[in-house]
Amino acid sequence: MNLPIYMDNASTTRTDPRVVEAMLPYFTEIYGNSASRNHAFGWAAEAGVDRAREQAASLIGAGPKEIVWTSGSTESNNLAIKGAAQMYAKAPVGEKGRGHIITCIIEHKAVLDPCKRLERDGFDVTYLEPGSNGIVTADLVRAAMRDDTILVTIMWANNEIGTINDIRSIGAVCREHGAVFHTDATQWVGKMPTDVERDNVDLMSWSSHKIYGPGGVGALYVRRRRPRVRLQAQLDGGGHERGMRSGTLNVPGIVGFGAACEICENEMESEGERLLALRLKMENELKGLMDVVEVNGHAEQRLPHLTNISFGFVEGESLMMGIKDIACSSGSACTSASLEPSYVLKGLGLGDELAHSSLRLSLGRWSTEEEVDFAIKSIHEAVEHLRVLSPLYDLHNEGIDITKIVWQSH
Amino acid sequence: MAYSEKVIDHYQNPRNVGSFGASNEVKERKDIGVGIVGAPECGDVMQLQIKVGEDGVIEDAKFKCFGCGSAIASSSLATEWIKGKSVDEALKIKNTRIVEELSLPPVKIHCSVLAEDSIRTAIEDYKRKNGKLDEAEVGHAH
Repeated sequence: MNLPIYMDNASTTRTDPRVVEAMLPYFTEIYGNSASRNHAFGWAAEAGVDRAREQAASLIGAGPKEIVWTSGSTESNNLAIKGAAQMYAKAPVGEKGRGHIITCIIEHKAVLDPCKRLERDGFDVTYLEPGSNGIVTADLVRAAMRDDTILVTIMWANNEIGTINDIRSIGAVCREHGAVFHTDATQWVGKMPTDVERDNVDLMSWSSHKIYGPGGVGALYVRRRRPRVRLQAQLDGGGHERGMRSGTLNVPGIVGFGAACEICENEMESEGERLLALRLKMENELKGLMDVVEVNGHAEQRLPHLTNISFGFVEGESLMMGIKDIACSSGSACTSASLEPSYVLKGLGLGDELAHSSLRLSLGRWSTEEEVDFAIKSIHEAVEHLRVLSPLYDLHNEGIDITKIVWQSH
Repeated sequence: MAYSEKVIDHYQNPRNVGSFGASNEVKERKDIGVGIVGAPECGDVMQLQIKVGEDGVIEDAKFKCFGCGSAIASSSLATEWIKGKSVDEALKIKNTRIVEELSLPPVKIHCSVLAEDSIRTAIEDYKRKNGKLDEAEVGHAH
């Protein structure tokens, strides 16, 4: 086992060597521009892109013509949300009442910030609150629907806590009301079975680097029939990707993304079971070793490989300092300029002190049981060390409820 | 973020960790001053307890800290610096000296401010218990 251990796969993943292998010829041998229609270099590059389009489409049950290449999920989300809102707007630019959009307070910033921009541009946005388990249900979406709702954007699985939303039934509600349904599936696709027909999805974003492909490549699924979804382009130029996303294609990156999609499709089932067993072992052993250890978000309706755990009375950044051989992330925002902890954990109604005490651990294709055992031992030792130092743990042991104390806040 | 060696040393081997008894016991003791500053929702709580001799010298100090590595190091360092000093000398310790000693980056300056506040609050508590507090002094730093 090599140190440090990587347990931050929800942030990004190692590119699979098989993916790199597939990409290599496209740098030095098949280097044409896939838009060059008049020579063999262009045709060869286009063939690589077409194959990748089939691989990406196959992973999600779509047709190859429904895939638009982008630079990653942030761009896919921007194109989907702004592109659909502008296309289906009810009033001209500059006027209020251009249409209603539904999203959720614990979405990724790459969804929330485009929604905020649209608010400034005359759209009305409802931000759903999922409650303590973090799940957005179809009932929540149905209750927020209005006659002027043009777009619903709800993530498939949450990036910080791994909870899974009821996408198929949310999609059905959108279909009933004639609203376009977009889902940011960055943490979901490649890990869990996806079928855009069965799951009633109209627009879906995902990214290559989260599924063991290269960075800087992503895709947007855009439904072509029943119903056909149209988008206002956000990048103007040569009219690539059927006019929806201009710009010369990143051929090696796209080829790698396609290869990564195919590997995920083939290995998803066995890999999902393996990672679920490792994650459950980690959660159960940590809870067994210490008191006041809470797994955040719904207990079962969650991704197999990701956990978000709060260790009461211990601050997240100092905990990470104690487990320096484990690469992971924390809900504590002590490292950032603001002193605000994770808005996602706060969005669940979690007390700030528990939000400051959380770790996100995400397993991946190369995670082993030996690494999980090492992580359990390291975290246990670090939490014990910090609880000896913690004035809050003393108060807890004296039977004092720290949430009832009036603190001299700074 | 990279931590300075001194921060890492205080994190791994914190000095003077502990307390002079349960919170309700120390409340009654006139030779002990307690300062608790910060708040859990801000991610930092520092607790400093000082044991002051008849001559007004801080004989011993204990701390506990919920917070990041820089906060732990700042409070650990504060206990080292105030031991053996009179309460009036201890009040002269400024957060900027803690920042320099631990090479804290700008985003961590609040940790040193908290440590300075915990010293002041603990000394005020000691003085109040002993009828020596000049109320005009309270909160002069802010």
